[in-house]
Amino acid sequence: MTSIWIVRDYENCSGCRRCELACSFHHEGWMWPEASRVRVFMPFPGVEVPHLCAQCDDYPCVESCPVDALSVDADTTAVIVDRDACTSCGACYRACPGTVPFLHPADNKATICDLCGGDPECVKVCKEAGYNCLRLVHEGMSPNRKLFSRNPIEVAKDLAVKMFGEKGEEVI
Amino acid sequence: MVKPIWISRDYDACSGCRRCELACSIHHEGWMWPEASRVRVFMPFPGLEVPHLCSQCQDYPCIESCKFDALSIDPDTDAVIVDREACTSCGLCITACPGTVPTLHPGDNKANICDLCGGEPKCVEVCVEAGYNALTIVHEEPNIHRKLYSRNPVDTARDLAVKMFGEKGLEVIE
Amino acid sequence: MMTPRGYAGKFLDIDLTNEKITNTTFPEKDLEQYFGGRGLAAKILWDRIGEKWREVDPLGPDNLFIALGGPMTGIYPGGRICISGKSPVSNGTVGSTASTEFAHELRTAGYDGVIVSGRAEKPVYIMVTEEGGEIKDASHLWGTMGEETIKLLNKEVTRVLDSKKEIGLWKEPGMIYVGPAGENMVRNACVMTKLCHAAGYGGYGSLMGSKNLKAIVAKGRGALPEVYAPEAVKLLWKRAHEHLIANDSFRRQGTGYGGWSTATSYSSEPVRNWQDEWHDERSFGGPMFETRFWVKKKWSDFNCTTNCMKVACVKSGKWKGAITDNPDYELQAYCGANFGVFDPAENIHLSALIDNLGHSGIGGANTMGFAAELYQRGILTEEDLGFKLEWGDAEAFDKIARLIAYREGIGDVLAEGTYRAALKLTEMKGVDCMPYAIHVKGIEIGAHGTRSDADFLAHDIGYAVNVQGGDHTSIVRDGYHELSGAVFADSAVYCSFARTPQELIFDYAKAITGYPLTIESWRRENGPRIVTLQKAFLLLGGPDVIWEPIKDDDNPERFYAPLPTGPFKGRTTDRKLVERRRLAYFETLGWDDRGIPTKETLNRLDLGYLEKSMTGLR
Repeated sequence: MTSIWIVRDYENCSGCRRCELACSFHHEGWMWPEASRVRVFMPFPGVEVPHLCAQCDDYPCVESCPVDALSVDADTTAVIVDRDACTSCGACYRACPGTVPFLHPADNKATICDLCGGDPECVKVCKEAGYNCLRLVHEGMSPNRKLFSRNPIEVAKDLAVKMFGEKGEEVI
Repeated sequence: MVKPIWISRDYDACSGCRRCELACSIHHEGWMWPEASRVRVFMPFPGLEVPHLCSQCQDYPCIESCKFDALSIDPDTDAVIVDREACTSCGLCITACPGTVPTLHPGDNKANICDLCGGEPKCVEVCVEAGYNALTIVHEEPNIHRKLYSRNPVDTARDLAVKMFGEKGLEVIE
Repeated sequence: MMTPRGYAGKFLDIDLTNEKITNTTFPEKDLEQYFGGRGLAAKILWDRIGEKWREVDPLGPDNLFIALGGPMTGIYPGGRICISGKSPVSNGTVGSTASTEFAHELRTAGYDGVIVSGRAEKPVYIMVTEEGGEIKDASHLWGTMGEETIKLLNKEVTRVLDSKKEIGLWKEPGMIYVGPAGENMVRNACVMTKLCHAAGYGGYGSLMGSKNLKAIVAKGRGALPEVYAPEAVKLLWKRAHEHLIANDSFRRQGTGYGGWSTATSYSSEPVRNWQDEWHDERSFGGPMFETRFWVKKKWSDFNCTTNCMKVACVKSGKWKGAITDNPDYELQAYCGANFGVFDPAENIHLSALIDNLGHSGIGGANTMGFAAELYQRGILTEEDLGFKLEWGDAEAFDKIARLIAYREGIGDVLAEGTYRAALKLTEMKGVDCMPYAIHVKGIEIGAHGTRSDADFLAHDIGYAVNVQGGDHTSIVRDGYHELSGAVFADSAVYCSFARTPQELIFDYAKAITGYPLTIESWRRENGPRIVTLQKAFLLLGGPDVIWEPIKDDDNPERFYAPLPTGPFKGRTTDRKLVERRRLAYFETLGWDDRGIPTKETLNRLDLGYLEKSMTGLR
């Protein structure tokens, strides 16, 4: 199976957060934005940034876990969290270049995108709406992925300048 | 009952590939002939590509202007239809059009205007296929907004330039 | 009675005077009868200050500032918050809604709403999380414009949240806030959110300002509230979005496509303070905004795929740096055509400025147009203003917007809203200024005129009998159909631009709450109940103004003057029709021929508690 990756076309993110709803419907059974493995940040209105795992080729999160709670899914290349083993220590999100993982609002365990086993729900609703911000591509593992593991505020600062010109430097 | 159609233009999405010009001319002329295409992509500055085509103004000033009744409205598609036999190449329809859309055909010199391919425009097909979606079909009744799309493509490009380049955009088109 | 579903389950009650914070719940009967948002806010207001309504100063500590969601908020596409209280402009109530992340953040924090009473000694903001409410110092925020407020609060609040609990990255909170106009109690100032969304009608920005309340922020981490039939809701969620995605008109055109066409086709757009309603300025057409200014075309609110919003930015020239929505039609009309301004860049700048100042883009801009007409007629002079205020001069309108927001000079009088400014200026100048005040019951009229009778919204009694005055979003049709429309949307609290079939919306509401709601029951019971309660508030009014039945249930005089230009030249609102339909409307609602609710109606709608105060008026 060719590995998949979720492309992010940030300019196409409308901020509707259906990705958060679709992800939490799938993983939690109900609408739970803050339990979603993809979270949409909006540091300034109009500058919306979906924040999710980019499956870095060197998996710093997996490396950092002191109790081996994180592993890599051989089929999808997604990071898998063993919730029983996780001790909520936070090492994984500190190790992540983009601080992507977070502690689940209910059980406080590390929560990371698992690519829905290969058929991501967030991509489906984004495509259905015609936004195509999150899109599936079939590509092998690459070091470029790491560049997408980035603090969403930094991403937003770049988008702001592109959208607003110099004014963009002032809004975040 | 045929659903009314209109071709919506998303100028930001035009890549400048001109497959619309090729698809149109392949359909109407039998071969690749960009300047005979009823949709022509202008590029006053690289990066600023503007597809220029008839927008079926509700008041059809072109039809009103023709002294030879060579222009008429297709009852099914609302497109402007040119009777090439009746056309005398006088150019009145070109001057009457707010956006100077019609051209004189490079072959027979007759007025050349988009006929919406009888209801299934080829330009839209190839634009959607490529994933650009600069030209897409929408189903809406004739309305006065269409007139605002009948605009000189260089003026459209001036606006796009500022949106894309900021103040620099004011300098890139004469 | 079963436990109501769809509600987070509690409301935050904050007394700013005594810095007391408690959690409140309401009887299930109130939730079923008044639902949430506009309806429930009205009931809360009656329960707490209804008996002394006439005496309550809307800008005094006894008034309540209420921000409520409803059971559908966040679960149905288009999450909105409903703001209410005793309106400083109408002395009644308005259910004034705005699309904002604040709405679902509040609910996922465990709260259906926030009720604020009293007054803080110094500027404060309220922070709401799952741990409860906190009153925080806002002295460093007081005076900031919208953009700055958002920027500062986003940073500050995420920092505070992070210091309390480490979870990874905290997202920014949702927030509602006021600008300098609200801070300075400009009477028709609004509550702002998300840069360019406003709970515009009702003047609730001044209410917030009167309490020294700069903002309310919310960050929740819970799930959306539990619903009665979750599998049905999930299915309806999919269906609703299919409808929204299939309907591409807002997606393509934004909400501001009418800047040119409403005037040229319908002759119903305010031009120079409603002196005209037709123009043919094509520079102001939708595509002109799109090509030069829409830097982002895919912009939505929570859980919505209507995609009606666009980000507009002026990137060159004098007004470089202005950022706002499309702009929406109301602001293209009011901050454009109404000012005689037909340049999109100028319109974007003025819309952004007015939003940043926290003026209402309808009410505040109406007052500015009123001032400009007084200037045109020599009633207000360059000496009064400090500058010339000529139609079409964007710089001058920039100045007047600031003059009013900061209550400088004559801005202090204009800051009272169009109606009260007209009263005051009539007195000051010895000239009747009321003919130029375009309002109904103190609420400035939305950008849809009735004279051509061709507008898709506004006709004859639409504003005249509306309990929310000139509020076009809640315009009256016949006292029946609109009750399951705007009144429902304002109480369930979702965005009515997320348009799906009515049957689907009511199925959705039933699946969420478990209540046996139907379109019919809303039109016959819940809707009339809420509107009748609002009518009672309006009739009581006070302390400064009490509206006169019939006389004030009417359009402004200008709406009976013939249109001067355009295809509908000479046409005007039919006065006889207004009189007839007004009576019919009162009858439909079960009010007497002066619009006072009858005893029978009050009993039928379980509003017996209003009988005492209505008896005095009959």
